[in-house]
Amino acid sequence: MTTKEFAGATMEVNEEGFLVDPQMWNKDIAVAIAKEEGIDELTEDHWKVIEFCRQSATDNGAAPTLRQITSGTGITTKELFKLYPKGPAKKVAKISGLGKPEGCV
Amino acid sequence: MKTLLILGGGTAGTMVANKMSHHLDPLEWRIIIVDENETHYYQPGFLFIPFEIYSPSDVVKPKRDFYPSNVEFVHSQIEIIEPDDNRVRLTRDNRAIDYDYLVIATGSRIVPEETEGLTDNGWRENVFDFYTLEGATALNRFLKFWKGGRLVLNVAEMPIKCPVAPLEFLFLADWFFHERGIRDKVELVYATPLPGAFTKPKASSILGDMLKDKNILVEPDYMIMEVDHDKSVIRSYDEREVPYDVLVSVPVNMGSEVIDRSGMGNELSFVPTDNHTLQSENWENVWVIGDAADVPTSKAGSVAHFMLDVLIENMLRHMEGLDPLPKFDGHANCFIESGFENGILIDFNYDVEPLPGKYPLPGFGPFSLLKESPVNHWGKMMFRWIYWNVLLKGGEMPFESQMTMAGKWN
Ligand SMILES: Cc1cc2nc3c(=O)[nH]c(=O)nc-3n(C[C@H](O)[C@H](O)[C@H](O)COP(=O)(O)OP(=O)(O)OC[C@H]3O[C@@H](n4cnc5c(N)ncnc54)[C@H](O)[C@@H]3O)c2cc1C
Repeated sequence: MTTKEFAGATMEVNEEGFLVDPQMWNKDIAVAIAKEEGIDELTEDHWKVIEFCRQSATDNGAAPTLRQITSGTGITTKELFKLYPKGPAKKVAKISGLGKPEGCV
Repeated sequence: MKTLLILGGGTAGTMVANKMSHHLDPLEWRIIIVDENETHYYQPGFLFIPFEIYSPSDVVKPKRDFYPSNVEFVHSQIEIIEPDDNRVRLTRDNRAIDYDYLVIATGSRIVPEETEGLTDNGWRENVFDFYTLEGATALNRFLKFWKGGRLVLNVAEMPIKCPVAPLEFLFLADWFFHERGIRDKVELVYATPLPGAFTKPKASSILGDMLKDKNILVEPDYMIMEVDHDKSVIRSYDEREVPYDVLVSVPVNMGSEVIDRSGMGNELSFVPTDNHTLQSENWENVWVIGDAADVPTSKAGSVAHFMLDVLIENMLRHMEGLDPLPKFDGHANCFIESGFENGILIDFNYDVEPLPGKYPLPGFGPFSLLKESPVNHWGKMMFRWIYWNVLLKGGEMPFESQMTMAGKWN
């Protein structure tokens, strides 16, 4: 298992850089991971999505899918791609300290 | 008299009707099954219609032929489910049915309207689906006279029923254009929201190699935003444009509208269901089987079959006041038609990804797992006969409901 330093704390991460333990997450870590992912500033809308994802993972035991995020937050897919370019579901899961969203079978 | 009401008389509903009619005492129970469509479609056969392997008459039969005589079939749309009152309202004659037990088997459907521009001018002209009989037939008419060009297959969003069908479509297209002598004039492109060929790593890498060998280009992580018919391109949310001459779409799949109308569904109108008991998460006399359930395994006829015994046993237990058993393991097995009279078979569940090996008899097969073989192709072709004659009637199949690791290797 590899470790990585975020916001002054050493965290265990998997081979794709996702935090192994979501409990270790805090907002400073989110800011640090976001920077690495190319998002310099987390705006109110960014946080809205992150909070939804944290809550959804607590309730369902897994990071939400793109459609769960859009229907749960009211943010459109297009806006979501602006907030979290490229793969938003994966990116926001990483910044929220959650595992990678399970690919549906 | 008590009532068992089955909503949806497709693959799963028909199997439940047949099994339950053996278990329930007709003096005590009446069984009613409702469907808005009188025709049963063998959906796996839709795949073969564009390529003239099957014709429409090969994939349809009257639904009534498959229901046992002691089950009442009501031909009507289901208007709304009122689970708090144990009642379902039908469109026909405004009939309301009070039930003691409810089985939801309303399947999943395609919703092309979810994708901007998909049903614009080109729909069924050079933009097609093959998940409906109409779509598959229209595509067949188109391909008959097609001289070649760029064929793009796009999957709009996961989950879709039969997640291997897009791959099979491409493998068959490769074969079909070879046969027609125009393969060198056809470019085949697969634009998928997945990071690769399939959802699970081992199968994804083997199937990905096959796509490469057959010269089928993959555009991974592709989330379609819109179809731009005027420019003949599809555009993704991250602004990737993929040009097409013919677009074959697997549109967004959702559960039945009645689930949504009744407020019983998740964000895709699938019904929240216990992954292992198949009981509804919200009402203890409501049970869910087949594509309608939100369980995280493939939406496939084979899965509905593996769910069947667990669902029946648990409903019978519940009727006797016993707790349901968490026996469903997400078991799925799919034949993947790979063209040139070859096929692949994959077998997996919630926890174990598809692995190589032999099936169903460890070491012997006759089917090979995750490997091309002519026997697998014949298995797929035989499946239609088995489907009509054994599966729908709830007959015994030579496979266990639960997956086994015997005969597999990592
Ligand atoms: C192209 C394609 C290829 C496939 N290939 C394979 C394969 O190779 N192997 C495999 O195992 N599976 C395959 N499948 C999947 C398989 O067909 C389905 O998973 C299976 O049919 C699901 O059964 P079901 O009973 O849940 O749904 P369905 O069989 O779709 O039945 C649902 C029924 O509910 C009825 N209904 C819905 N809403 C209402 C309403 N409001 N009022 C009244 N009636 C309603 C519908 O009319 C329908 O009859 C394929 C599917 C497609 C489209």
